[in-house]
Amino acid sequence: MNNATGEHIVKSYDEELLRLTGEIQRMGDLALRELEAAIAAVIERDSDSAQRVVDSDATIDALEREVSHDVIRLLALRQPMARDLREVMAALRIASDIERIGDYAANVGKRAIALNRVDLVRPVFALPRLAELAGELVSEVLLAYRDRDADRALLAWARDEELDGMYTGLFRELLTYMMEDPRNITACTHLLFMAKNIERIGDHATNIAENIYFLVHGTEIAQTRRKGDQSHNVVGTARAT
Amino acid sequence: MTDLGFAMSAPTVGAGRAAAANTPPKMSARKLDFYYDGFHALKNVNLDIADKRVTALIGPSGCGKSTLLRIFNRIYSIYPKLEARGEVLLDGDNILDPKYPLNRLRSKVGMVFQKPVPFPMSIHENIAYAIRHFEKLSKADLDARVELALRQGALWDEVKDKLKQSALGLSGGQQQRLCIARAVALKPDVLLLDEPTSALDPIATGKIEQLIAELKEHFTIAIVTHNMQQAARCSDYTAFMYLGELVEFGQTEQLFTKPAKQQTEDYITGRFG
Repeated sequence: MNNATGEHIVKSYDEELLRLTGEIQRMGDLALRELEAAIAAVIERDSDSAQRVVDSDATIDALEREVSHDVIRLLALRQPMARDLREVMAALRIASDIERIGDYAANVGKRAIALNRVDLVRPVFALPRLAELAGELVSEVLLAYRDRDADRALLAWARDEELDGMYTGLFRELLTYMMEDPRNITACTHLLFMAKNIERIGDHATNIAENIYFLVHGTEIAQTRRKGDQSHNVVGTARAT
Repeated sequence: MTDLGFAMSAPTVGAGRAAAANTPPKMSARKLDFYYDGFHALKNVNLDIADKRVTALIGPSGCGKSTLLRIFNRIYSIYPKLEARGEVLLDGDNILDPKYPLNRLRSKVGMVFQKPVPFPMSIHENIAYAIRHFEKLSKADLDARVELALRQGALWDEVKDKLKQSALGLSGGQQQRLCIARAVALKPDVLLLDEPTSALDPIATGKIEQLIAELKEHFTIAIVTHNMQQAARCSDYTAFMYLGELVEFGQTEQLFTKPAKQQTEDYITGRFG
């Protein structure tokens, strides 16, 4: 196990916990790849690869079902206590967050197919920056999970504010494009939803970070996270407060 | 559920809810040391047993948990070469003081052992014998007390038609509930349970655990158990002992979800040794 307390007397217990951790890592890697491929499909206007992203989400869903099954089994047969109990609970929650991340990446893929049917708009090139930052946060929390590193998780958790800020910026930009020329509305609306999906990926990364923190310390993160998403304040041409 | 002779309480599954500060101790070990012929079996143990709550003592074999329980009713004093130092207070009086009458102690602190030990007599007599030892009652009053005790032991419905039959004919689980009924028949303040279910099957164990949840309305209970899940299920407070020392003591929920000491964590998660 990746913790300081050493191995269980019953070796198969360790194997089952390791298997759970392994499944989560695999889910996380797949979700990250899905996000990257979805963004590539947007930029390259490649509807075939966008469809492959949509299809590949089923693998993540199947892995999540495996995690749920293993968690139920562990709870019923091992009666985990203390840190082991938090390990198992964290695995269940993190798996569900990664599953949602996969869904959002697949949504980006779906909209990429629709976007490819209309003319290119310039703000599309802002999407990779947003996705890159979201991917970085996901990658950071996955590494923090691998190493059971609560400090690293906390750093990623705090950085979601950057992603929120970037999303608000893109929101304004898209609004401007739509107001300039109504013919941009279709493409910009799709982009807006994609950006929102990516912003939500960041929120799930912070959930994962919170679960890692709880796993390690047995307490919740004491601070409240500042929210950088101000898009709800953006109205027409008026500047947000 | 049958009428148990007192108000039923909801079973406190996964207990640990009682706030320590609000629960005055019924018994307290103070700077308690114990020696078996020179072997230092308990080392400076300080522990409060909360009134009308269940306190579980857990730890590996030889950690001193059963020894501690046996000091609570001075049962060790029947063996030579055993010595306790320090204090064990029951309602503020030191029961280790030789002047504390043993009879009074035994009527206030009842004990149930790992293996059920019914007397080789009728079910009725198993209970009546103990009561008669302490009180003179009319037959009607005695019968009422026997019934009350058997109801409190959650056994009445199963034995009410065969009270004259030998207690040795009962199943293991029934025998153990009879022993609990016999202990509560004397209206003790404290019940000490030493591995009360380790010789029982899961159904009988469940019945004893439910009984513990009901009995704590009226009695202070201390239980020694090897089964950690049992401690987690039926106690409010848990003490973890190791090599004669009290390593950690706290609310059961806290101890099993976020223990303060690494040793406790290693033990309850099965990493010990």
